[in-house]
Amino acid sequence: MSGNRHQSLGLSNEDVIEMYRVMLLARRIDERMWLLNRSGKIPFVVSCQGQEAQQVAASFALNRSEDYAAPYYRDVGVVLSFGMTAKDLMLQAYAKADDPNSGGRQMPGHFGQKKNRMLSGSSPVTTQVPHAVGIGLAAKMENKSIVSFVTLGEGSSNQGDFHEGLNFAAVQKLPVITMVENNQYAISVPLNKQVACKNISDRAIGYGMPGITVDGNDPLAVYEAVKQAADRARNGEGPTLIEAVSYRLTPHSSDDDDRSYRNREEVEEAKEKDGLLSFKTYLQEQQVLTDERLEQMEQEIKEEINQATDYAENAAYASPESIYDFVYGN
Amino acid sequence: MQKMQPMPAQNQFMTSYMETKGGEMMPVLSYIQAVTKALQEEMERDEKVFVLGEDVGVRGGVFRATDGLYQQFGESRVIDTPLAESAIAGVGIGAAMYGMRPVAEMQFADFILPAVNQIISEAAKMRYRSNNDWTCPITIRAPYGGGVHGALYHSQSIEAIFANQPGLKIVMPSSPYDVKGLLKAAIRDNDPVLFLEHKRAYRSIKEEVPDTDYTLPIGKADVKREGSDITVITYGLCVQWAIKAAENLAAEGIDVHILDLRTIYPLDQEAIKQAASKTGKVLLITEDNKEGSIIGEVAAIISEHCLFDLDAPIKRLAGPDVPSMPYAPPLEKEFMINQDKIEAAMRDLAEF
Repeated sequence: MSGNRHQSLGLSNEDVIEMYRVMLLARRIDERMWLLNRSGKIPFVVSCQGQEAQQVAASFALNRSEDYAAPYYRDVGVVLSFGMTAKDLMLQAYAKADDPNSGGRQMPGHFGQKKNRMLSGSSPVTTQVPHAVGIGLAAKMENKSIVSFVTLGEGSSNQGDFHEGLNFAAVQKLPVITMVENNQYAISVPLNKQVACKNISDRAIGYGMPGITVDGNDPLAVYEAVKQAADRARNGEGPTLIEAVSYRLTPHSSDDDDRSYRNREEVEEAKEKDGLLSFKTYLQEQQVLTDERLEQMEQEIKEEINQATDYAENAAYASPESIYDFVYGN
Repeated sequence: MQKMQPMPAQNQFMTSYMETKGGEMMPVLSYIQAVTKALQEEMERDEKVFVLGEDVGVRGGVFRATDGLYQQFGESRVIDTPLAESAIAGVGIGAAMYGMRPVAEMQFADFILPAVNQIISEAAKMRYRSNNDWTCPITIRAPYGGGVHGALYHSQSIEAIFANQPGLKIVMPSSPYDVKGLLKAAIRDNDPVLFLEHKRAYRSIKEEVPDTDYTLPIGKADVKREGSDITVITYGLCVQWAIKAAENLAAEGIDVHILDLRTIYPLDQEAIKQAASKTGKVLLITEDNKEGSIIGEVAAIISEHCLFDLDAPIKRLAGPDVPSMPYAPPLEKEFMINQDKIEAAMRDLAEF
């Protein structure tokens, strides 16, 4: 990266430092969760590693106090950007009663928080796409300047709900941004066994909407693409499909062993292209982020995660009797 | 293929009136006119209410359930959707999460299956999985049932697929009066409601329906006929046949008690126990295939709670366990429940 790209996108130095901080926080939370899992403290982790840069950059291109997000299970970067905290995420990892996502009812990674306009998600993939379209429809009906942002993996783009949702959004010209986080693998199945098209974004033409592929490891490129899509959405020009290409740096989940289906050289090579690293390099080259500030940031994040972990570990589980609560409202 | 029913469409809004005992004029509505009336009244009452589905707009629905709504409320609130059932449910769910009150129409209940994931994994579990943070106040309407020359895929009863999904409510009204009150209640309900309308009842069942704004309670069964010899528990169109059969049997001195379940999930267990205990002889009726149907659960409730009040084994009258209702008239007739079959089953039980 060269030149002052972020300022030409309207981002201040403090903006990009904050973006980097959230990306780093997502990464460090994820790393901590693996440690907690391997030490037997939490049963399950599903990871964001390798996708934080695109998640945070996309979120920062939106209006995070009005727009809606329908995140998928790897979107630690999205939910942190939209207002969830390290403590919230540790509470869900430990399945404690105060977990804002589900009160410990759902597995980790099943995000949702109404006060920050993040739709609750489930495990069957891609069901969130029509929901996001429904938010877009409501926004249009209510004449609100809201953008509905939905993410999913590239494997999920094969599901019927992807097709049905995008087609609906396009026909109704709804303010919906669908970002496919192409991390090259659907658990063990590589991209070339998932789709025959060159890019996932090629599918957009079939729906009659713009389709854009961006380097997911280049957060400023992702920011620019999502910003343009958001502007189009707010101007009543309809939905956009964005494919952000990166790489899943971890196994699918803490229950997976990726050594059985991909070689280490491939993973090591991908780690060198990690968007978190390249963005740090960019910020250092631009002299936006000094070594001192970076060190301070790491320390603060470590402290935040330590406190969140201790808090969550000591927090109460929901009472057994609460299993009967909230089946119906009345 | 989405088959359309032959129907006398132009008379949909030509409401007739019947003079009541007090001399007031009470409108008589068909079952489907009651659907339309409920939708119209709720859309007038609350601008968050909107309709989406296939052909619901300009055409007013293939059965004409949304007739006139497009003209009154416009295309933004009466939305012709692409032919994609999962999106109809899923987009409705998203809009409901936002705070709207969507009424999604499945053109035939048989075609709801692509939307099952959205209804069961999403709508039914939304409140529970988010620990009461998010809610999903969607109503999903679908015409079900046979006897309309609809063959395998335009005749089915699909309620059993959804009837063990806590978080979801399933309403199956038997009369125009109940349709209006229950559909209005469904739209106002803060949880997802599957509202199943018997398509053969659409034009064959008419009754007085007040113009007033009234709702009926979801989750409550309704005694449609008081009787002391045998108890019939059923729902939907079978209620109408059961009432007629009971009138015939009254001449023979057999007094039939009829409980209309109205909400088939979750079941009104108290009403079922009371009705079963009242006569000690119970006939359960459904148009669905027998094995795994709703009435099996009703039988289990009675067995658990009312064994010592029973004077006869619980009887079930249901569709046969074949995949679905065939097209050819003799085969369709063999599958369908009708008044004669009900009357015979009632008489057998009374004589036990």
